[in-house]
Amino acid sequence: MEPDVLDGPDTTDRAGARVVSVIVNGERRGGLAPVRMTLADFVRHELGLTGTHLGCEHGVCGACTIILDGAAVRSCLLLAIQADGATIETVEGLAEGDELSPLQQAFHRNHALQCGFCTGGFLMSITAALRDGPVTADDEAREVLSGNICRCTGYAGMVRAVRETSDEIYGADRNGERG
Amino acid sequence: MSARKTTAGADVPPKMIGARIERREDFRLLTGRGKFLDDLEMPEDTCEAAFLRSPHGHARVLRIDTSAALDVPGVLGVFTGEDVRPMMKPLPAKVAHPDLQEIPRLPMALDAVHYVGEPVAVVIASSRYVAEDAVDLIDVDYEPLPAISSTAAALARNAPLVHEGARDNIAVHVTQRAGDPDAAFATAPHVLSETFTVVRSGGHSMECRAVAARFDSVTGQLVVWDSTQAPHYARNALSALYDMPEDDIRLIAPPDVGGGFGPKAQFYGEEAVIPWVAMQLRRPVKWIEDRRENFISAMMERTQTHRVQVAFDDDGKLIALKDVFEHDQGAYVAGLQVPMITLSTVPGQYKIPNIHTELYACFTNMVPTSSVRGAGRPQAVAAMERMMDRVAEYLRLDPAELRRRNLIQADEFPYKVGLMFRDGSPLTYDSGNYPELLRGTLERLGYDEWRARQAELRAQGRLIGVGIACYVEGCGLGPYEGAKARLTNSGEVLVTLAAAPQGQGYETVYAQIAADAMGLDMRYIKVTTGDTGRIPFGQGTFASRITATAGPAVLQACQQLRDRIFTTAAVMLKVEGENFVFRGDRVTLPDDESAGVTLRQITQVANVGKHGITLARGVPAGLETSSYFAPERAAYASGAHAAVVEVDPETGRTQILKYVIGHDCGTVINPLLVDGQVLGGFAAGIGNAMYEEQFYDASAQPLTTSYLDFSLPSAVEVPPVELFHVQSPSPLNPLGAKGAGEGGTIPAPATVANAVEDALRPLGARINEMPVTPPKIVGAITAARR
Amino acid sequence: MKPPRFAYHAPATVGEALELLGGYGDQSKVLAGGQSLIPVLSFRLSAPEHLIDINRLPGLGEFSRLPAGGWRIPALVRQRQAERSAALAESAPLLTEALAQVAHPQIRNRGTICGSLAHADSSAEMPAVMLALNARMTIASASGTRVVGADDFFLFHMTTAISPDELLLAVEFDDAAPRTYTSFTEFAPRKGDFCLAGVAATVTFGEDGTVADCRVAAAGVAATPLRLRPVEDLITGSALDADALTAAQRAARDAVNPPGDVHADAAYRRQLVSVLVRRALSAVKAKKESDDGA
Repeated sequence: MEPDVLDGPDTTDRAGARVVSVIVNGERRGGLAPVRMTLADFVRHELGLTGTHLGCEHGVCGACTIILDGAAVRSCLLLAIQADGATIETVEGLAEGDELSPLQQAFHRNHALQCGFCTGGFLMSITAALRDGPVTADDEAREVLSGNICRCTGYAGMVRAVRETSDEIYGADRNGERG
Repeated sequence: MSARKTTAGADVPPKMIGARIERREDFRLLTGRGKFLDDLEMPEDTCEAAFLRSPHGHARVLRIDTSAALDVPGVLGVFTGEDVRPMMKPLPAKVAHPDLQEIPRLPMALDAVHYVGEPVAVVIASSRYVAEDAVDLIDVDYEPLPAISSTAAALARNAPLVHEGARDNIAVHVTQRAGDPDAAFATAPHVLSETFTVVRSGGHSMECRAVAARFDSVTGQLVVWDSTQAPHYARNALSALYDMPEDDIRLIAPPDVGGGFGPKAQFYGEEAVIPWVAMQLRRPVKWIEDRRENFISAMMERTQTHRVQVAFDDDGKLIALKDVFEHDQGAYVAGLQVPMITLSTVPGQYKIPNIHTELYACFTNMVPTSSVRGAGRPQAVAAMERMMDRVAEYLRLDPAELRRRNLIQADEFPYKVGLMFRDGSPLTYDSGNYPELLRGTLERLGYDEWRARQAELRAQGRLIGVGIACYVEGCGLGPYEGAKARLTNSGEVLVTLAAAPQGQGYETVYAQIAADAMGLDMRYIKVTTGDTGRIPFGQGTFASRITATAGPAVLQACQQLRDRIFTTAAVMLKVEGENFVFRGDRVTLPDDESAGVTLRQITQVANVGKHGITLARGVPAGLETSSYFAPERAAYASGAHAAVVEVDPETGRTQILKYVIGHDCGTVINPLLVDGQVLGGFAAGIGNAMYEEQFYDASAQPLTTSYLDFSLPSAVEVPPVELFHVQSPSPLNPLGAKGAGEGGTIPAPATVANAVEDALRPLGARINEMPVTPPKIVGAITAARR
Repeated sequence: MKPPRFAYHAPATVGEALELLGGYGDQSKVLAGGQSLIPVLSFRLSAPEHLIDINRLPGLGEFSRLPAGGWRIPALVRQRQAERSAALAESAPLLTEALAQVAHPQIRNRGTICGSLAHADSSAEMPAVMLALNARMTIASASGTRVVGADDFFLFHMTTAISPDELLLAVEFDDAAPRTYTSFTEFAPRKGDFCLAGVAATVTFGEDGTVADCRVAAAGVAATPLRLRPVEDLITGSALDADALTAAQRAARDAVNPPGDVHADAAYRRQLVSVLVRRALSAVKAKKESDDGA
């Protein structure tokens, strides 16, 4: 049985590469990916979307989080070829031109970023979570944030940003209170 | 903050210092357009590097065979220490000491390796993937040698040497004294002794280290991009190593650096090797550190063991303090700042007439230690503040009251401690209000109410504890920091900082300071940072120093620029030059705004000129100024933390019920950003207090080498904090500013440890080690039962 | 931390996948969720010559009811997919309760239940849960299919009964008997981390209110998930009253010989698992009482 793509020891990475087609941020894009290239590296270097960052390359820090077929995933834990035919959303797709999304604006207002390296991953994790439903309490917000690591901010601004954005999308709860 | 309008209608620039301005940096960072090093569009022919690193804590290198690696398609070169001999000079320690036992630290290993992770060879290839393939094929013959994995092992009799041929395993032994501690201990009514061990860990910035370089053989100029906190320090190191004039090396910290926290302020062998290799290969080369490398070869802080003694009277007044501590310096001294800071930080906010602090900085076969946020102060604070609680317990005195009785009072500044600080000047606290900090912190905590509740809850069998820790933080260090200010040809004010940011908001904060210095609206001011090609001198972002040094430099440079602008305007308007103001982008008189000149017009006259035509008399040519601010000595920020915790004795789980931070960093330039620094520092402090511990085994093998084994606090682990400010301006700089970057971190381990031990007091359990983890708590409870 | 080279295969049918496994056997690894495998490759802890990506195989992506009652969860069911199922939550609350503790949603969106079982990290949630549910693993090769019970499936650290030429096709477990209550509880340094110890308990009460049947499995205290049979024996026939709970805690202490490592010493793990056993059984009791009261 012949394997689909041979990437044996005699070839450089380019020779073993395969075309990967995706819809990314609404646009059909494609690139070449050696079979062992991670989706994170593909997004960054083949698609040129460098807003997704590599913080650990083993799935814990969350800096590489993107949305794949509607689900938040660690792009460092997928091979690029696995994403062939998929729909991908990255941080570059959140704003409409120069108009920041409500979540991005809330991050800005609440100083929820400092160095910015982890920010893309957080924005995608939160975007996916808020599509699932509202976040109506601070400790719920902290749970939403718990799959990503930030070393700069201490998370306080992010908690407010998540709550404010949820309220904006879903309306504040009946008492208008923040739990 | 809105501008005030004059009757003439044009906007008066609002006051910027103290204003909660949102950051200019945010837009690009929120939209994925940040410019971190690996995001930069490097030339097409850029190749990537991967390092072979020592798998042994200590070994001789007998033979390196790179032939198989060189054969891998896509590999452009493999370099060992031998191959880069011409630039293999010792890297000097960033902070040294006259008694330091000097052991040369080379950019790459030659005959021996001294820590797991030490660079042994580097592969340059078409991609990082291929480079790693080739690294796996490099064949090295090592002869393992005994390795030292702790300070106790380093100091043991007949201990094997970390460095063959060294005198012993002590890098330096330093003692500092004030008063007459021996006599004081001999005669004091009460003396308590205790041993505390504090383990800290790495900075774990989310962006690892990174260096890229391109050599232009036509101009003979080297451009280096470096994810560093200290561009000029790195540039100067390269200049010395390569014997190249400093002006031929341009070192740029990219506009965005993904966190620094100390490890990126050091200078590493990799930073020397990569540009060198780029010059040899005549190809741009990029090295992006991965997280596994970061765990084992980025500098970190590790273990200090403090043997503390305090002498005190029946009222708890401190008579004498003695702290002899061992510090794990690692295999080389990249800088002695951490233990030297610990040495002078121990006395803290207290009046202690007799002090003896003594440091044994030990060589070990582990990666060199150097500053991580807090930089030796958390350990000092832990030793002192744990001891204060023990004294309080001994005297059956309330821990808050004990502290109150010993605090330096608000009217006692400048206060001479009696010791020397690491910057070589006598330790003098410039300003502060320690009683107010403590009072405010305890009030917001609800200290008295919690003590009452604690008694009730204890009766129900619940373990509630209250912990306090006070600290001082020497910051705003010299020797100097610089800024240039120039009116550009497009009529914009460009402020150039030597310092490089990693998220502190320099593009915003320094525009605020410049705006106030000039009385010019911030929108006409831009800030650029971290490029040795744009400003010749600088030190770097570390030790919470930039606001207090670059701030005044910007203030002064911009005031001078304003004066030159107004002088030019006076000539142009044919008016005796006084009382000018900015309204929008015009220079005009405050009570007659009909006559004025725009910044663009001014620059046309003073900068651009008319070719061949004499400059009008009185116009200063070239509207650029520079200023380097050299502080007289370190300023002293301070703070007090207090926490309430509940401990589950069966599992050791500790829940923080309430946490309050009182913080004094002098003048607060931008409250939004300062709060961000304190709360960010606090998260790091919680990591130090409860989660972060990097382990090594007896042969100095690192056991925690990924986030699967090592936990950083997420939003769930960091509790909400109530933060308030006291502002005791520093008299040492015109802004009155001190540092804000580390105050959230410094006392957190002590605060949590104090609270946990307080919770366990009914069980008699002792907490002598930090971080405090569930297994240690259960172990302490079990030990107390025996 | 880039993966080493491998030959990549994306079979289109189960048959093709099994032929590949038959051919490449121990030179190959199966890629399903990848949440455990890809880090192994990125750390270069393993360098399989062949990667067999089963994500395109048809018919393995949906869980379904068994004809006689119970559930079949095939190889490509994602953890998050199962976690969100109201039907599973109603029928197999132990599974749902445990799934919420697995890492973070971003991992559960890709990670598969069967993948976690095949990976067999004894600190993970799924192995202990399936041991408690007395699950059956359907293992296929080119020569046929066999079923291995959970009690015989986990052999050693990261080692199961699956041979190199075999594929874990599905896991099945029966519906719980009436009057069955379950609890999953674990203790991890941070939520989402690998636990220092965990307990999955399922207890069936008789009409007289005493324990008729039970399975108590522990995670993180041995090389495999561990049935705490002394605990099971002790509580059977009891009403799970306070004395029984205390005795169960003591029995748990004696039933384990946990490892010590940098995260926790053996004494701590021993204490922890015994406390978790008591808390899990106490939760079971509370759920029963809540139902009885209703």
